[in-house]
Amino acid sequence: MSENKTKKKGTKRRKFLKYAGSGLGLMIIGGWAMRNPIRRKLFQYGEKVILPYMGDTNPLIWLEITPTNNIILHSSKVEMGQGTFTGLAQLVAEELEVDIDRINVVHATTASGNVDQMSTGGSMSISGLWQPLRQLSAMMREMLRSEAAKKLNATIDKVELKSGVFTFGEKTLSFGEVVDGVSDWEIPDAPALKTKNFRYIGKPIPRVDLHDKVIGAPIFGIDAEYPEMLYGSVVRPKLIDATISDYDVSAAQSMPGVVKVVKEKDFVAVVARSQVEADNARKKIKVDYDKNNDWSLADIEAAITVGNGTRTLIQKEGKPLEDIDGDGEILELEFRSPIGAHAQMEPNGAVANYKDGKVDIKISTQVAKITRDEVAKALGIKTEDVNIISTYLGGGFGRRLHTPHAIQAALLSKAVGKPVKCFFDRIQEFQNDTFRPPSHHILKAKLAENGKLLGIEHHFASGDTLFNSALDPGVSSTVLRADIGSIRGGSIMYDGIPNHRAIYHHVTLPFATSFWRSLGLLCNTFAIESFLDEIALKSGLSPVDLRINNLTNDNPYSKRIKEVIQVCAEKAGYTDKVKEGRAMGIAASIDVGAPCAQVAEVSIINNKIKVHKVTAAFDCGIAVNPDQVRAQVEGCICMGISASMFEKMDLKDNELSPINYGAYQMALMKDTPEEIDIHLIQGADVPMAVGEPPLGPIGAAIGNAVRRLTGKRLTVLPMNLT
Amino acid sequence: MTISFRINGELKSVEVSDGNSPLLWAIRDGLNLKGTKFGCGMAACGACTLHVDGEAVRSCSYPVQMAEGKEITTIEGLSKDGQLHPVQQAWKEEIVPQCGYCQPGFMMATAAMLKEIPNPTDQDIDENIINVCRCATYYRMRKAIKRAAEINNQQSS
Repeated sequence: MSENKTKKKGTKRRKFLKYAGSGLGLMIIGGWAMRNPIRRKLFQYGEKVILPYMGDTNPLIWLEITPTNNIILHSSKVEMGQGTFTGLAQLVAEELEVDIDRINVVHATTASGNVDQMSTGGSMSISGLWQPLRQLSAMMREMLRSEAAKKLNATIDKVELKSGVFTFGEKTLSFGEVVDGVSDWEIPDAPALKTKNFRYIGKPIPRVDLHDKVIGAPIFGIDAEYPEMLYGSVVRPKLIDATISDYDVSAAQSMPGVVKVVKEKDFVAVVARSQVEADNARKKIKVDYDKNNDWSLADIEAAITVGNGTRTLIQKEGKPLEDIDGDGEILELEFRSPIGAHAQMEPNGAVANYKDGKVDIKISTQVAKITRDEVAKALGIKTEDVNIISTYLGGGFGRRLHTPHAIQAALLSKAVGKPVKCFFDRIQEFQNDTFRPPSHHILKAKLAENGKLLGIEHHFASGDTLFNSALDPGVSSTVLRADIGSIRGGSIMYDGIPNHRAIYHHVTLPFATSFWRSLGLLCNTFAIESFLDEIALKSGLSPVDLRINNLTNDNPYSKRIKEVIQVCAEKAGYTDKVKEGRAMGIAASIDVGAPCAQVAEVSIINNKIKVHKVTAAFDCGIAVNPDQVRAQVEGCICMGISASMFEKMDLKDNELSPINYGAYQMALMKDTPEEIDIHLIQGADVPMAVGEPPLGPIGAAIGNAVRRLTGKRLTVLPMNLT
Repeated sequence: MTISFRINGELKSVEVSDGNSPLLWAIRDGLNLKGTKFGCGMAACGACTLHVDGEAVRSCSYPVQMAEGKEITTIEGLSKDGQLHPVQQAWKEEIVPQCGYCQPGFMMATAAMLKEIPNPTDQDIDENIINVCRCATYYRMRKAIKRAAEINNQQSS
């Protein structure tokens, strides 16, 4: 970095307007939370809250101005495809009053000091930074104006700013000229922000990383290098619930290209001159396992069954079904969802350069801070001696919310005294994924004779999402009882049903399960919204009316849910009738405050389900970049088709399979709808979650269409007709 | 052993200890062309697709010694004289990439297909473009493939 930049600390810190969210983090601390009514409030609240900004309040840590009038935006959020870099550039350009093509977004290194305190995830990057990043940009603008005024011998209010140039009378100063020579900055209070006449916010500008991604630029973790770098390959377990009892490395030692076989406290690895040589030698290491218990898929399904594990009443409105007065029919349906793999395209790995008690690590991670802290702890060095240099991610989807393999790369680099690149191969990825937990659901409802829905209950069982993850402060299972990741979308959103409950059973599994894009939303919405459709059929109501009739006007969320359902049904021309071999299915969900409804138009071709068209109505509040919001909705729909029609992991003799693409079936080009028609609704005056909520409805929308076509209710994911 | 081939118009040699090792790594690490991606190592996902003598090949499962004397094109060589290839141009117009990791493989597969089938139908696209994209950008890719065909036709007319 050259010295002429605004990379100097400000001298004074002033008041920074905090975003008006409340601290979920604080709420879950303290014994008072360990009471069920408070837990329930927390669960309902936790599905809608936007976490407060916990980062630095000095603009200079985010924004660097170069002598050539470019702005380097050091983002503490990573870009994994969700378009966050573009949205952040829009927020900055808007308040800094510069042309957006002047902004170069880069990943902040942890050494820069701009370290996200949590993670990139939860669809919270744009919504969480909406207020603070605009405030920081506005503060930076005023800091520049103040310096410009000094240099132009003008009073501050007489200095005008347009597109990155200050003007006073005939005289002009560019940003680069303003920052030249300035080392002490006075940081002002956050000025008022623009509320209308936006130049960039709300505009579908192309992604800032588009060109790099079209020319194949080396921007990913796996592309990173250091001079004289060697390649590591770590032995990773292929069995679950087993410990490696012994290694025989003798055959590996003599393989071509091997520099060293490294035995560390909890892993064994080969370091070689090339990736191929490292992997080939590692495969020669003989590994003995001691199994703790024998596991098959049937054992997992038996474990994940309502009634097992820790039971928590997460939602309680009115009476339980059996206490509801009067006659009525009881409906009951059971659903299951499988173990899901992340299958992100770029495997996990890291490139570490250890030297003199310090280490730099280039890595695709969603948790730079946690990774830095873990590496420091494992190597017995200070956190400031670990620099995590985040790269673009070849997909995240939650898989990189824990990246402890950075430790392995660092230890290997230390062991051989040279930089080491160390990556998983694809088989290791599948065998060592942190899977989406499988689930089991029992839905029950009581219908009055006139078809009115009197009560509904969602009983469900699932495994860890937040619990035992790197983001778990370690007390979650005690304080919360219910895993707030697994229960996402598990509550009944139809507040007009007089009696409704959700009861969650948490089961711990013998292998790692964790965050998978949208968490519990995918399976919970599939179960609840398929059941709602069955109730509609039973009560003779259209599935649109049934949903609308059971949403009140009492809270803003219900109104917004109603709106997306109505708009979606209308735009799709929803009908219960089968026309020319095609039927429609509708479903809806709300996740992190963003409701989405979808109609799927489906036919059966050669006994296989074909999704022809999906219509979606989505309310994410302000769409900072409507094109990227659409891209996320499209991606969620197609990934949701993949997860709900194709994907599943099997387990035999403690060995998870499949272990590669192809065998792990996924939706491809041929399975993509011919048309995706998206309608964005702005039902809130702030941006809300985008990257995950549209994954909710798609499974049930397809299943509901199939029910109308065939009379068959599909209750097991992945759905198929055979 | 030394393997020589022409890649993106330039004659290059790589040194490998095993001639059966994948072409992918010789290109990524030997020649430092990182645009071609590792996805699976079993020709199952297409992230490593490049052209050998004009044909789309999954380089993770292509022995490097088979490339001896051949003509290879990677994503870095798809554009010519600073001008984006019609496929890249279309990808930009449709704003296809999300994470972007698999996109070079898709663009290379598409470029090869368009040489054989200049005006692909939906069925042609379904049958020929069988790479994996986890962000599931297929919907925009289909539009971009058709747009690329259009650009090609305009340029050749």
